[in-house]
Amino acid sequence: MSMPFYVPPEQLMNDRAEFAQKGIARGRPIVFVEYAAGVLLIGENPGSSLHKLSEIYDRVAFAGVGRFNEFESLRVAGVRYADLKGYSYGRGDVTAKGLANAYSQTMGQIFTHEVKPYEVEVLVAEVGDGPVDTSIFRIRYDGNLATEHDFGAIGGDHDELAGLLEAGYVEQSPLEDALRLATSSLEASYERTITDADYEAAVLDRNLDRRIFRRVTEDEIGSARG
Amino acid sequence: MTVGDRGSGLPLDPTFPDSSFLALLEHNGIQPTWDVDTSGVLPDVPDGTTVLALRYRDGVAMAGDRRATAGNVIAHRRVKKVYPADQYAAVAISGTAGMAIELIKLFQTELEHYEKIEGSRLSLEGKANYLARLVRGHLPLAFQGLVIVPLLCGYDERDQEGRLYTFDVVGGRYEEQDYATTGSGGAEARSFLKAIYREDLPEADALNAAVEALVAAAEEDAATGGPDIRRGIYPNLVTVTADGFREIETEQVGDIAASVMEGRP
Repeated sequence: MSMPFYVPPEQLMNDRAEFAQKGIARGRPIVFVEYAAGVLLIGENPGSSLHKLSEIYDRVAFAGVGRFNEFESLRVAGVRYADLKGYSYGRGDVTAKGLANAYSQTMGQIFTHEVKPYEVEVLVAEVGDGPVDTSIFRIRYDGNLATEHDFGAIGGDHDELAGLLEAGYVEQSPLEDALRLATSSLEASYERTITDADYEAAVLDRNLDRRIFRRVTEDEIGSARG
Repeated sequence: MTVGDRGSGLPLDPTFPDSSFLALLEHNGIQPTWDVDTSGVLPDVPDGTTVLALRYRDGVAMAGDRRATAGNVIAHRRVKKVYPADQYAAVAISGTAGMAIELIKLFQTELEHYEKIEGSRLSLEGKANYLARLVRGHLPLAFQGLVIVPLLCGYDERDQEGRLYTFDVVGGRYEEQDYATTGSGGAEARSFLKAIYREDLPEADALNAAVEALVAAAEEDAATGGPDIRRGIYPNLVTVTADGFREIETEQVGDIAASVMEGRP
């Protein structure tokens, strides 16, 4: 009987983490910025018929970076999780926290058990009635779950983007300002310009009724950028 | 181990690529079911009564009275029978109230689920066909006297016009041209609408017609509740136009009801 080669667990985990990180870094980042009426999500996504941003439930949104098929299946699973929960219990029982935990468990399991870890990073945002009720969760490829606030980025060079956003961030700013900050930071990070049509943007806007996820149109981005 | 078996309960199953919510419920074995023992006698359960819809210039209007009866008892005075199906459609129910309300909840969730998974809304015809399928699924219960008959109306985003559909217990789906009614007072409401209906009515006239048809039905049918001014209970009244679904405020319905009652012979 042949024995498999011994690989130390640290080595195994490091290899997997490195593999996942490489895949995610190749993808284009998504930026999130809290503004007066909620949260803005935006990223470059030319010909955005394949969405990276999506509605999950009434007040909960999803953003994914990395391999499309992997975060798309996570997105669909999230919609199923939310609709099943909301149908079985009540609409108010679907929260970003519950969803983020479910993502964290699932992605952690996949990271350790599957042949190949998911090369994705996921953001779950929820906007409540007041500014303090906003919650944002970032879930990494290994299931690591972290809370976020104010601004940040997933995928790409997210640390550099966070630095760029920090320099211009103003709390409770109008949507136009948040759009300007996010697009200028993305362009500075890419060191090139991006046309209005090549952005995919969406907001959770607490001034809307019930389903508060709304896609931001090309014209809105254009007029904000002037 | 399949991916769907994860301890978290996140329904992540790539072998199940359906965008239907009902299929998801069935996949998990948790779809709503009612098993009726055919030998037993079911006690009276609340029935919803008169609902109606009519086309007018900007789209469609839909209205329902607020009464539910169980046998000859008024079971509920404030039942809601008209619901948004999604942003561009409204659905109203008559028949066994408990099952019908559950069916509407399932229908609403299905439409929203499809929209989120697919990234686009079902066509109005698709919504009507799907609702017909839900009604057809209830056929065995119709033999036990547990009947559900919905009405569906909506604004067709493609053809840019209001449309309305009626259904029968076997899941038959019929598109109606001008107006449609169902429920115990439906015949009375229909003959009222028939007498006054014109094409391209302005919105105010359409809303008046909808409320007055319910008043006419309530005058003849004991199971239909008329506007109750003393308790402040008025019909549910909604419109669906190019701007989407809109529920008319209670105060406005109250004003319409008051003026309609004034003018009645």
